[in-house]
Amino acid sequence: MTTALLETRHLSRHFGGVQAVRHVDFTLAEGELRCLIGPNGAGKSTFFKMLTGQLQPSEGQVLFRGHDVSRAQAHDIARLGIGIKTQVPNVFDGLTVRENIWLAATRLHPGKRANTIVDEMLVRIGLTGLAGRVVGQLAHGQRQWVELGVVLSTDPDLILLDEPAAGMTHEEVNRTAELIREINRTKALIVVEHDMQFIRMIAKRVTVFNQGRVLVEDDVENILRNPLVRDIYLGKLAAA
Amino acid sequence: MTARAWNIVGLVVVAVAGLGFLVLTPRLAELDTVLELTVYMVMAILALSLALVWGYGGILCFGQSAFFGLGAYTYAITMFNIGESTVPLLLAIALPAAFAALLGYFVFYGRISDVYLGVITLTVTLILFNSINSTAGPEFHIGSARLGGFNGIPGIPPLNIPGNRTAAIDLEGMFYLATGSLLAAYFGLRLLLVSRFGRIIVGIRENEQRAELLGYDSRAYKLTTFTIGGALAGFAGCLFANWGSFVSPTIFGLSQSAQIIIWVIVGGRGTLIGPIIGCVGIQWLSTVLGANQPSGAGSWANLLGNVPLVLGAVLIAFVLLVPKGLVPTLGDLGMKLLNARLPALPRNPAEPVKSERPESA
Repeated sequence: MTTALLETRHLSRHFGGVQAVRHVDFTLAEGELRCLIGPNGAGKSTFFKMLTGQLQPSEGQVLFRGHDVSRAQAHDIARLGIGIKTQVPNVFDGLTVRENIWLAATRLHPGKRANTIVDEMLVRIGLTGLAGRVVGQLAHGQRQWVELGVVLSTDPDLILLDEPAAGMTHEEVNRTAELIREINRTKALIVVEHDMQFIRMIAKRVTVFNQGRVLVEDDVENILRNPLVRDIYLGKLAAA
Repeated sequence: MTARAWNIVGLVVVAVAGLGFLVLTPRLAELDTVLELTVYMVMAILALSLALVWGYGGILCFGQSAFFGLGAYTYAITMFNIGESTVPLLLAIALPAAFAALLGYFVFYGRISDVYLGVITLTVTLILFNSINSTAGPEFHIGSARLGGFNGIPGIPPLNIPGNRTAAIDLEGMFYLATGSLLAAYFGLRLLLVSRFGRIIVGIRENEQRAELLGYDSRAYKLTTFTIGGALAGFAGCLFANWGSFVSPTIFGLSQSAQIIIWVIVGGRGTLIGPIIGCVGIQWLSTVLGANQPSGAGSWANLLGNVPLVLGAVLIAFVLLVPKGLVPTLGDLGMKLLNARLPALPRNPAEPVKSERPESA
């Protein structure tokens, strides 16, 4: 068995009396790609925020490569190698596409090398033609790509993607799936998604969150057949 | 032309205008005008310090005058004790910088929110004002320098050529020093802002959370920016103490603190030249209004002589009508005119795509 890249033990977070995440034990192997699904309010975003140091756990631990990062600052966790693309594009809206990616690249490469990385990344995310544009003026889908480029440019070992395909056109969704598979050749990922088609395109294993707990964890095909999952999640979508 | 080319044109224009002003003013203007312009230049350095801290660092500091006043008082007190100006000048920069670093450490590492930062910095300034104000008695002295309380410290010895205490600076020399320092501060900050550090602090201003998630310790960057601003304000304070050979607690007062903010708002945040123009323009306006104060109490025209009232009206007008400030607004306008004359650029047809899928929590 491979060593765990990320592990949480009894991870919990409550807001006042509301228990957003309860005693989650979660393990991710080096190089794994895991999908996280669950209905609204299941605790997925809170879980991500605790992994990245944006929220402190009320209880429990987050271990990254065996180091306890439960109480670490967001920037320290980022430096250890966890990158996150949030649900709503979280970019430097007042700056250009090039400047956005440069700010990410220069963290690891303070010298001129950052410019080369920016050029390569612009090609990779297909935004070379928009490099000089201010990000706030771009379409939603394009800003998603900018954020992906920003996250990738810090070269993290684990990438968290919160609904990477939201707001994208069909063609963009296909490209995103392709990019995720490509990223997964070298890096581990956790992807939160609602789109089952999309999950089928990328995932092998899926973890289902419900009411702050891990409901079930299995291969994607079994998850899709699981009546419990259908009930709490897929059924709702089918009915909608 | 590209943005980069415009930047270079802007730099050249500022350099030529600045050098021309530096060389020609003492030859063309009367001495009292030169004296008046000197204090404008000193205050413009103070305006630059807030242009960096607020305009680029995104830190709304209401107490920039605290560092300005500390610089002035440090120079005055050490000058009376030492008599040679090299060390007092350096201390007038180092002490406010250290004070800014200490204050900034608690504020930024304590993750105190922006609104409270404004309140805290203003409070610190007013505490300094009240403390210094109540040191009138002869028992309040540091070495041979009496603090003087609300009377201030008069007769502060001027700067001299380093190492030669008899070669003191004269009024014209003071103009050259202030204007030269302003130009040096301007170009120094321009360099800082195109550096890696400068680009990162702008990134933190734009989206602090994103910067943190990329691995930047925003606290350290903000603290550094704040400290540089404190050092620059302290240096301006030292020049101010030299200019009038006098310093009093009003330097820490509420109106002084508010003025610096007004200069930056009027001139425009996110530019360096804007706050300089705002500072010089408003001081000139204050002087003109103050000088033309009509006699005869109770007349409507008297209102024009009420400088704070007019400045308040100017501020409100700017906040409501020109919220971005003078220089950014003129820049936008110029760009529009220019683009209208050039063939239209291809517009990006993409509009935000609405998500059909349910939003998650």
